[in-house]
Amino acid sequence: MSTWKTLPAGVVSLQGLAGWLLAIVWVAPLLYAFWAAFHPAAYAVSFEILAPLTLDNFRQALTQAPFLRYGINTFVLVTLILAGQFLLCTLAAYAFARFTFPGKSIAFALVLVQLMITPEILIVKNYTTLVNLGLVDTIPGIAIPYMASAFGIFLLRQTFKSTPVELEEAARLEGCGFIRILLKVYVPLAKPTYLAYGLVSVSYHWNNFLWPLVVSNSVETRPLTVGLGVFGAPESGVDWSIVSAATLLSVAPLLIAFLIFQRQFVQSFMHAGIK
Amino acid sequence: MHQSTSEKALYGWLLLLPAAILLFTFTYYPMAGTLFDSLVAEGRGSIASRFVGLANYRMLLEDQVFKTVLLNNLLFALGTIPASIGLALAMALMVDRSFTGRGLVRMAFFTPTILPMIAVANIWLFFYTPDIGLIDSLLSLIGIDGPNWLGTPSTVLPAIIVMAIWKEAGFFMIFYLAALQTISPEFKEAARIEGAGGWYYFRRVLFPLLMPTTLFISVNAVINSFKLVDHLFVLTKGGPDNASNLLLYYIYETAFSYFDAGYAASLTAVLLLILTTLALVQFFVFDRRIHYR
Repeated sequence: MSTWKTLPAGVVSLQGLAGWLLAIVWVAPLLYAFWAAFHPAAYAVSFEILAPLTLDNFRQALTQAPFLRYGINTFVLVTLILAGQFLLCTLAAYAFARFTFPGKSIAFALVLVQLMITPEILIVKNYTTLVNLGLVDTIPGIAIPYMASAFGIFLLRQTFKSTPVELEEAARLEGCGFIRILLKVYVPLAKPTYLAYGLVSVSYHWNNFLWPLVVSNSVETRPLTVGLGVFGAPESGVDWSIVSAATLLSVAPLLIAFLIFQRQFVQSFMHAGIK
Repeated sequence: MHQSTSEKALYGWLLLLPAAILLFTFTYYPMAGTLFDSLVAEGRGSIASRFVGLANYRMLLEDQVFKTVLLNNLLFALGTIPASIGLALAMALMVDRSFTGRGLVRMAFFTPTILPMIAVANIWLFFYTPDIGLIDSLLSLIGIDGPNWLGTPSTVLPAIIVMAIWKEAGFFMIFYLAALQTISPEFKEAARIEGAGGWYYFRRVLFPLLMPTTLFISVNAVINSFKLVDHLFVLTKGGPDNASNLLLYYIYETAFSYFDAGYAASLTAVLLLILTTLALVQFFVFDRRIHYR
């Protein structure tokens, strides 16, 4: 049996080759979407290198559906959710990390339930609640169930707990109240956690579909995913090149952010998954 | 300045209050409400709602679609999870060692993770379109008359599984990458000195060391397989003849297309039961993982 003492060079390059081949297979669907979007419909399945390039599909997509408006809606939605999450999760995490009160451990266990039972699982009841609150077909209505995020509370609690208590005591000696201590000591030291959580939250809600689909039913509230879902429905009979262009328009902001901040994205997702 | 204990307790609760109100409104209240509704037949017109006990659940047992949907969920999980985990491990091992363009390769694997399922489904829909779609077009070049992938009950679920594997493998890869970094190079050195081959090292050393990661990913993947239904809206709407329908999509259909809130509540109760069971499994898996170390 050959030992791999003698193999490394060959094995490594073989591995590199296999990696490259699989990577090409993996990006092929996305590359194909680019091909279809930037070429006339006639070239959708005939791959001629010299096929003429065009931006016409993007122009068509933008005139057939208000993707710019959908994009703004998504942006507002994602910002609103993130702001709500940062505020509510910070306060709750602070309570769990640094205060003692009766029922704390039961309350924390109850919070963790939401890690598993996310709002879209309870779509039927939550929709009724939204009707009663008069929030159907509003962006705050899409956002509100996600603001008290168990995941955010959990992550921030961990971070706050690892902050040295001495820092808090020093601030208290200077006469800071507990809210100032939170803002001056805990929040600044948790910046990496906020960044990681923010990236995961933005990616999740940029891509979320089922709950926004149920809640929104007008151009003014529909986020990109729902707009794309309505646009790409097979029965609507739009052609492939235009659907591809619309798809790229919808994913472009997040995709570009990912290409630029690749490392942060990967690390945030890892951080988020392992907890 | 030292606050009294009761004052601190009050502040603690006040800080928690905003989150607690929202959690109550959108998690605990609807959970309890779902269980309650599942035991009640909704009133219509002059007929008042009444307690029917387990009658709604008996309906589940007689509902052929419900059985199909559960079986589909099971097949979807079995088809997607082992394959995507195997691929994820292969990917992680590939990019764990350095070679030219490693960063690009890793990025290629991870990219599907950040794409919305609805966009992914749009792209893959064209691959699977009969006759003029990409796969059937390529097959026709070598003289094969490709099937209607999404329109045939026997091929629709496998077609969706392939897409889901593509979407998920790169996400799972990052957990293996993280785990590989924690494995001491001494193991490899020891195996080398003992004259063990690469495959032997993988099978007897690396794979067992990665077992906690594999368990962690598996449970998460099972959970995801019950939560992810977005693609059905674009690709199949659960068809043909429910051949690709999944539990959460069926709940959506029952509530928002057939307007049967009571039955949708019973279906949701089943989903809650499944997810709770998985949560307990996850809890014990983690427990074991801690003992390992």
